[in-house]
Amino acid sequence: MAVEQEVTGVVSHIKGPIVVADGMRGARIREIVLVGEEKLIGEIVRIEGNRTVIQVYEPTEGMRPGEPVERTGEPLSAELGPGLLGQVLDGLGRPLPKIAEMTGPFITRGIKLPTLPRDVKWSFKPSARVGDRVVPGDVLGTVPEGAVTHKIMVPPNALPGRIVEMAPEGDYTVEEVIAVVESAGGVRQEIKLYHKWPVRMPRPFREKLEPTMLLVTGQRVIDTFFPIVKGGASAIPGGFGTGKTVTLHQVSKWADADVVVYVGCGERGNEMTDLLQHFPKLIDPKTGRPLLERSVLIANTSNMPVPAREASIFIGITYAEYYRDMGLDVVLTADSTSRWAEALRELSSRLEEIPSERGFPAYLPDYIASFYERAGRIKVLGRRDEMGSVAVIGAVSPSGGDLNEPVTQHTMRYVGAFWALDKDLAFKRHFPAINWLKSFSKYVAELKYWWIENTGYDMMEYRERAMEILQKASSLEEVARVVGEAALSDENRLVLLAAEMIREGFLVQNAYHEVDTYCSPKKQAMLLKALVEFYDRARPLVEAGVPMSSIREMSSVGLLMRLKFVPEDEFEEALKEALTKLETEASMLMAEVR
Amino acid sequence: MAVIYGATRKGIRLVKGPLLFMEGVLEARFGEVVRIFSEEGREWVGQVLEAGREATVIQVLGDTEGIDVGVIVKFTGETLKLPVAEEMLGRVFSGSGVPIDGGPPVKAEDYRDINGAPINPTMRDYPDEFVETGISAIDGMLSLVRGQKLPIFSESGLPHNQVAAQIARQAVVPGKAERFAIVFAAIGLKHDEVLYFRKQFEEFGALSRSILFLNLANDPVIERIMTPRVALTAAEYLAFDLDMDVLVILTDMTNYCEALRELSAAREEVPSRKGYPGYMYSDLASIYERAGRIKGKAGSITLMPILTMPGGDLTHPIPDLTGYITEGQIFLDYDLFNRGIYPPINVLPSLSRLMKDGVGRGKTREDHMEVSNQLYASYREGTKARELVQIIGEAGLSKRERTYLRFADRFEREFVAQGFRERRPIEETLEIAWDLLAMLPEAELTRISDATIAKYHPKHRGSGEEGPEGKTEIYA
Ligand SMILES: Nc1ncnc2c1ncn2[C@@H]1O[C@H](COP(=O)(O)OP(=O)(O)O)[C@@H](O)[C@H]1O
Ligand SMILES: [Mg+2]
Repeated sequence: MAVEQEVTGVVSHIKGPIVVADGMRGARIREIVLVGEEKLIGEIVRIEGNRTVIQVYEPTEGMRPGEPVERTGEPLSAELGPGLLGQVLDGLGRPLPKIAEMTGPFITRGIKLPTLPRDVKWSFKPSARVGDRVVPGDVLGTVPEGAVTHKIMVPPNALPGRIVEMAPEGDYTVEEVIAVVESAGGVRQEIKLYHKWPVRMPRPFREKLEPTMLLVTGQRVIDTFFPIVKGGASAIPGGFGTGKTVTLHQVSKWADADVVVYVGCGERGNEMTDLLQHFPKLIDPKTGRPLLERSVLIANTSNMPVPAREASIFIGITYAEYYRDMGLDVVLTADSTSRWAEALRELSSRLEEIPSERGFPAYLPDYIASFYERAGRIKVLGRRDEMGSVAVIGAVSPSGGDLNEPVTQHTMRYVGAFWALDKDLAFKRHFPAINWLKSFSKYVAELKYWWIENTGYDMMEYRERAMEILQKASSLEEVARVVGEAALSDENRLVLLAAEMIREGFLVQNAYHEVDTYCSPKKQAMLLKALVEFYDRARPLVEAGVPMSSIREMSSVGLLMRLKFVPEDEFEEALKEALTKLETEASMLMAEVR
Repeated sequence: MAVIYGATRKGIRLVKGPLLFMEGVLEARFGEVVRIFSEEGREWVGQVLEAGREATVIQVLGDTEGIDVGVIVKFTGETLKLPVAEEMLGRVFSGSGVPIDGGPPVKAEDYRDINGAPINPTMRDYPDEFVETGISAIDGMLSLVRGQKLPIFSESGLPHNQVAAQIARQAVVPGKAERFAIVFAAIGLKHDEVLYFRKQFEEFGALSRSILFLNLANDPVIERIMTPRVALTAAEYLAFDLDMDVLVILTDMTNYCEALRELSAAREEVPSRKGYPGYMYSDLASIYERAGRIKGKAGSITLMPILTMPGGDLTHPIPDLTGYITEGQIFLDYDLFNRGIYPPINVLPSLSRLMKDGVGRGKTREDHMEVSNQLYASYREGTKARELVQIIGEAGLSKRERTYLRFADRFEREFVAQGFRERRPIEETLEIAWDLLAMLPEAELTRISDATIAKYHPKHRGSGEEGPEGKTEIYA
């Protein structure tokens, strides 16, 4: 993208992160500019004749009218290539540890740093040859990167053509040319290990596919009740302290994905530190390597510049799409999309746009869609038969915990799964506090076969049964709240007990418990099956006149509820024991009333 | 810079609330401090809110009474800075950092921008050291850790000042040599409240280790925007330059937020909820996130903001946005207060997000977290039973519910309640907890593992000694 670089504008007005410049002829909307003597990074957000309005991504304190504004000719872009995994980046893609080396513990502005290290050599192994015809998306070779085999592809915006030069196997930095592709029209295109991509533009693919595979998170209430698929989109709204962050951390740790992009967007610094402490130590069972090696962490914490918050989510999703294009399954978690939407509101209000609901601009829904709609399972570009996926999970922080506010409401329209967190459940320390009556997942029906094929159990049937019990219990609880539990019939009290067992024995899952923190799909299926069967086994007892107090006192009740704490390799044995115990106890009770 | 320094201008077009609109001043830098002089020689401080060729907007920091279009504005080229030095300890300053104790100006060791700079998240050290406050409800169930930001959510009329003073007096990191200091910021406080804190600090000999920044109720509202920032700037110096463990008390943050709203209205910004500006979240975060620890530094900032919830409403933007930023909250409750419980801490809506990392084996005691979870669950059962009594009367309760009712009463009177001068070591707090739990049948202790019960339950502990008498029988 060659541009008449010499056109330099002049700052005429500064109001916080909004700077107006004059004399920026030829500048384009969304172009990145370098503002002021310190060359702060800014993006053109509006052009009105000679006036160019710029959103500056760093604090503008100390800037005055008359300072220069330089054009770059490029939109806000992400560097895509080996070296992303394991990094901790700020909202604009600058490595935070490198920033710390330069400026110490506190972040200062005006730092120019590339995302990808320029001095690291990657061992490149070509898989294409001189003379081959290639199209965008075709693989030229591979580079081992952390836990993945990183494919070096012809960039999506290159022209198809013939390889005229190809580097031999060896070690290269990202700046070295590893291939030259000549187009039919004779354009020589130098290809390096990395390329740049404008973050606000979705990366192209061949075809969008129906997502049908469960994204296993190991979190029971999610996988079983409100599942998300590989390539799906979900939102997790809830007031403070209801468990958004812990849930996203859990998903980032346990999801059976190849790559995880975690965007900390306007949230606490210590929560990023928490991830940074754990990710290098936790081992991914699939690859046997530290989780950090499959992760990209983006941190724009709540005290970092607000405008960069707006960019951070787009940067993150671009990284996710890039790994998807290699044929990998990627998960992007964003905590919190509300802060991102609020950054938009702040910008909009500074631009004096007409506000719509709660001060958000009228285009908020499109903006939210532009993020969630980049989720999906796709057939990749190029002439290979590979699929990749990006699943997106966004936390939503509704003000006052009220799910009727605009960000939650608009988000709901673009996601396939909705995990509504409930303050009352959180107060009860019922975690994950996902309310089973207010949440939904549109993927349930499609996953029926996944469960049968992968666990041997028809899990969606137990799910339905369990849901029935839970729903019935919730209306009975309303009654009990007024008349006391003692006034209910024993049939109804059994429903309450069965629901309690499902809640305590299945839905409640302690993220900090060594065993409970992760539960395999098979264990989930066997556990829920057992809990539902308890109800079926106890019903005839009640009908025969066994008092509820005796049923409650069966030791198998406690055993079943604590089965979740049994490690995977001892689980089947323990389950069998609990069921045998149940059978013995039930028969004894039955014999007593006969 | 030198050319710009000291540029003076006339040319005010309009004065509106705390804002001065003047013609474009090319030398004016965004955010810089200005001095404003009237012809009679009065002086104000202000800040450039908009810098432009055609217009410059200045915000006056303080009372604008007496400002008219005739004033002269002098541009300093500097942002708002606070002179910092160790000798600030023991001194009293205004809410903008000017000494008001009659002492000399501070001999500055450095000048620091009061807005600070964000801590690089990769340079944070995760807070995980237990701070013993000697208050059972906090130590036992809402443990504070060094470098945490933990606010008190209160209502006017509740003893939040006492609780804060007691924490300031009693807090220690067990086994750590102390380089302890208190930075206290009064934001729109009444005189007697300030006096109270001063007396408290004096009484326990902390005045010489404290810095006080006072913006009183009758001080300029706009100054309140600066007060927490000035206080945290001093605290950062003590913590990260002088290696001290600093406890920062900001009270009352509700007054701060109201000042922010007032300023926003004067700027005619589009409000978000209840008239508060849409950027209040980021603004509060720029204050609260200054708490913490930094890798390679011995000091820390532990932050305890106090706020009074307007109308006791937890969903009000002030407690709501605060809760989204801080690492938990300590909730004071009118109902407990009215029943004579001091400190009236309601543990149910309270939370310490960092507790799990600060307690347990090698930190407090291995049973700590389990005991805490059990107390929480059992107390909740008790309050549920209490609600039921309102509806069906105590006679309608089952035996189990009646036991929990008794448990809740004892929990409030024996565990939560304690003297203002009573300092309970964590061991004692856990002993009281076990004593209470022992009144429940063991089968009800579902949040505690069998191993822990065997080791710590009064009934099993020691050489065949019985637990406190009669307690298990209540259920029978
Ligand atoms: N799955 C879980 N297991 C155990 N504790 C949890 C779980 N989820 C949430 N919590 C508790 O709730 C607190 C708040 O959770 P968090 O995810 O930080 O809430 P949010 O992000 O919604 O404000 C945590 O500090 C933890 O104590
Ligand atoms: Mg959170």
